[in-house]
Amino acid sequence: MSDSTEEVRAYTVRLELVDRPGELLRALEPIADNGGNLLSIFHERGNVTPRGHIPVEVDLEATPERFDDIVDALRDEGINVIQAGAERYGEELTVVLIGHIVDTDLSDTLSRIEDSSGASVRDFSLSAPEGRDGESSARVRLAAQRGETEAAMDIIHEIAAEKDFQVVEPLTAGDAA
Amino acid sequence: MRLAVIGAGAVGSSVVDLAGEYGHTVTAFADSRSAAVAPAGIDGQAAIERKETEGVVGDADPEDALAGEYDVLVEATPTTLGDAQPGFGHVEHALERDRHVVLANKGPVAERYADVRALERESAGEVYFEATVGGAMPVLSTIADFGPDKITAVRGVLNGTANFILSRMAAEGLGYEHVLAEAQDLGVAEADPTFDVEGTDAALKCVIVANVLAGDEREYTLDDARVEGISDLPGSALDLANEDGRTIRLIGEVTGGEVRVGPRLVPEHGALAVTGTRNIVQLETAHAGQLNVSGRGAGGPETATAVLADVDRLAD
Repeated sequence: MSDSTEEVRAYTVRLELVDRPGELLRALEPIADNGGNLLSIFHERGNVTPRGHIPVEVDLEATPERFDDIVDALRDEGINVIQAGAERYGEELTVVLIGHIVDTDLSDTLSRIEDSSGASVRDFSLSAPEGRDGESSARVRLAAQRGETEAAMDIIHEIAAEKDFQVVEPLTAGDAA
Repeated sequence: MRLAVIGAGAVGSSVVDLAGEYGHTVTAFADSRSAAVAPAGIDGQAAIERKETEGVVGDADPEDALAGEYDVLVEATPTTLGDAQPGFGHVEHALERDRHVVLANKGPVAERYADVRALERESAGEVYFEATVGGAMPVLSTIADFGPDKITAVRGVLNGTANFILSRMAAEGLGYEHVLAEAQDLGVAEADPTFDVEGTDAALKCVIVANVLAGDEREYTLDDARVEGISDLPGSALDLANEDGRTIRLIGEVTGGEVRVGPRLVPEHGALAVTGTRNIVQLETAHAGQLNVSGRGAGGPETATAVLADVDRLAD
């Protein structure tokens, strides 16, 4: 029931392919067949692994549930999946901050998030119905580098503790894959 | 089975009301001051009516109910924190007499889980407590069926009052105080809503789940939970979430030995964004993906249904 309503996320899978014609296509089919949307394929032809295999990095979009199916399908096909899901490329992270956001130096808040976490602010939206001196809410959408979302959250919590903000965090969709 | 029902609130009264339909006999029914006791079965309707009109369920002493003839003690007194009394004492009393216990009261299993389990080991009686987590929803029995070691995480919306307030705030663009007053008028929120809106009730349910998942390896109490409520959330926070296709729900989580309750951003049309007083629990299973259980998490007949399901388990 939740399959169609779950959020689509971006994932990176790192594969190791045997150097033989048709292998790349064979690796991409399970992704497309299971409802994954291919974003990019990085085929490192010149960079052969010690076992003589070719590393390939595939970025795709899928719901967390479908992503599980994709990884299972790749493995069923005998494709060597080196890494899946744990490092999500370009993962977006949305948080809502509540507190005196405007009069505690907004630009300082945003630049500190960017400077210290490797995340970039994609979108920012402020709602201050009580004016700049009152309590307001802000939604911040960050694009975090792979593996950096935790660091970004840590910085946000640090700033929140200092400036007395309440943080509404996103709920991560489980420890997929 | 012969039931002694302790506690004459919505849940206790509903158990008395529905017991006959499930083939059980209520031999004792007590509130904090009075009791109706009859080894052949009390007149449940009369006791419920007397509670409504006179404030007592019968002429006997509450002690007589505890000491009476029964197979299962149904503990439905209010949840208390700390030493979980008097609920814990009632559990102790029944187990020492080798009787079974079915809890609707969260206190004993949320605050004194190890003590309850120790008493159970010494007793021929068993303790069941399906009704303490998610009312009518089969959360604990599903965990038991899968095996607690096959469940890797549990999360969900476990308090109908907080959820009603958040879903109304999001849908109508109203502020917290306004919606709370409306919820109180409708009887969805208590006059003192602290227990619900500060996240304590959801946290107790999560602590119970954490205790079940941990087996006897570790005991959790409320002190082990990280708890944030919803009373400081402005309407503007929900508006902003909504602009981005999300909403805010009070989510309880048990994962990796951590218990946490707080307002969280969830996809607006996702499974966790249940509305009104509906509850949902998501179980992450080791081999079967995600499982959702949704339904009515509170209410007299709903919770009594879970109590009577436990009684049936004991009868088998």
